[in-house]
Amino acid sequence: MRKAITVKEAADLIPDGASVMFGGFLGVGSPERLFDALVGRGAKRLTIIGNDTARPGVAVGKLIDAGCVARVIASHIGTNPTTQQKMIAGEIEVELVPQGTLAERIRAGGSGLGGVLTPTGVGTIVAEGKRILEINGLDYLLEAPIRADFALLHAHEADYFGNLTYRLTAANFNPVMAFAADCVIVESDHIVPVGVIPPDAVRTPGVLVDHLVGRAC
Amino acid sequence: MDAKEVIARRVARELRDGMLVNLGIGLPTLVANYVPEGMHVAFQSENGIIGFGAPPPEGMEDPNLTDAGGGFISALPGAMSFDSVTSFALIRGGHLDMTVLGGLQVDSKGRLANWMVPGKIVPGMGGAMDLVSGAKRVIVAMQHSAKGSPKIVEELTLPPTAARRVSLIVTELAVIEPTENGLALRERAPGVAVGEIVANTGAELSVPADVPEMPLAAN
Repeated sequence: MRKAITVKEAADLIPDGASVMFGGFLGVGSPERLFDALVGRGAKRLTIIGNDTARPGVAVGKLIDAGCVARVIASHIGTNPTTQQKMIAGEIEVELVPQGTLAERIRAGGSGLGGVLTPTGVGTIVAEGKRILEINGLDYLLEAPIRADFALLHAHEADYFGNLTYRLTAANFNPVMAFAADCVIVESDHIVPVGVIPPDAVRTPGVLVDHLVGRAC
Repeated sequence: MDAKEVIARRVARELRDGMLVNLGIGLPTLVANYVPEGMHVAFQSENGIIGFGAPPPEGMEDPNLTDAGGGFISALPGAMSFDSVTSFALIRGGHLDMTVLGGLQVDSKGRLANWMVPGKIVPGMGGAMDLVSGAKRVIVAMQHSAKGSPKIVEELTLPPTAARRVSLIVTELAVIEPTENGLALRERAPGVAVGEIVANTGAELSVPADVPEMPLAAN
């Protein structure tokens, strides 16, 4: 059984310079209160890994605004002009990864695979410096796995074993990231007693989750 | 009818009953307004849903139900939601019948550039590279020119989105099909002369003797 910790306790677990994966698609399905707590703690030099950097003042965009981030790995930063300005100013390093490749690299990182072979990016600047392998007559790009020190996730329900459910388009990168970090911290809409979530409804097995963040703290 | 509406109505004529279709952000989303009556098309949004519908009335929005542009949507009966790994397995794995994407440039080889302008805008590719690599058909829906200069060019000057040849280019002037032998003019927009199309195209076009007027979806 897990005990819920406060968002402040969660933020204190994450040292400056850590690599942090986060769920969310333009802020939908993102652990908002954990971002707020990291800003509150004054976190520095984080590497953040997620689909996008949302918008200024929204979700992960708050970490960008507050200068918590040194490096971004994402598929899209077009909705956040602050990320782009800081990239051009040399304050933030950005690695752009095609969205499906990002999902699969994280999946590889979390499931013991040495990488993935994808046709996406062949013939583009994404392929620069990477190996191309021919399989059954077609070219594939070898993409390396991605893991992080922490994954900060948002779920709909969590039980005290850490089993998680998601709602609609708020799942996005959360389920795959639960596999790919050394420490997985979950913020959820509800924490429910063990047994409330039926086994078939569990989308992230609780064994992957290290910490739950309590609601009323 | 403005340029965008002409493009959306023409692209809608490419829809077929039972298709799974992804529409890019911006102009391509307008295509959903012109699905022919009685035809069932499932639209996928890359952030994790198939079977979404129009934005709900004000006050009925669900913060956990959005499209790939972050806008509120609704879920139609039969809709399904899933995570990003599943969404891109659908896209990359040959399960997506058609994608409609905006474009910055298309060249004579049919290669698309639509994700960055070096030194100016670097938004990132999002799902575009996976969509162009994986969809069975790729339709580029874009205005024919940008600030007077052709977007259809001999050789891309912007970074390509994929090596793959796109299936069709639809603009407010013409329908052009990239083929092994270069770009072929297939249709012209209502009231547009072939000469105007050729003059606004920066790549060689093969022009048949008769260029029919493009059909537009009703609604």
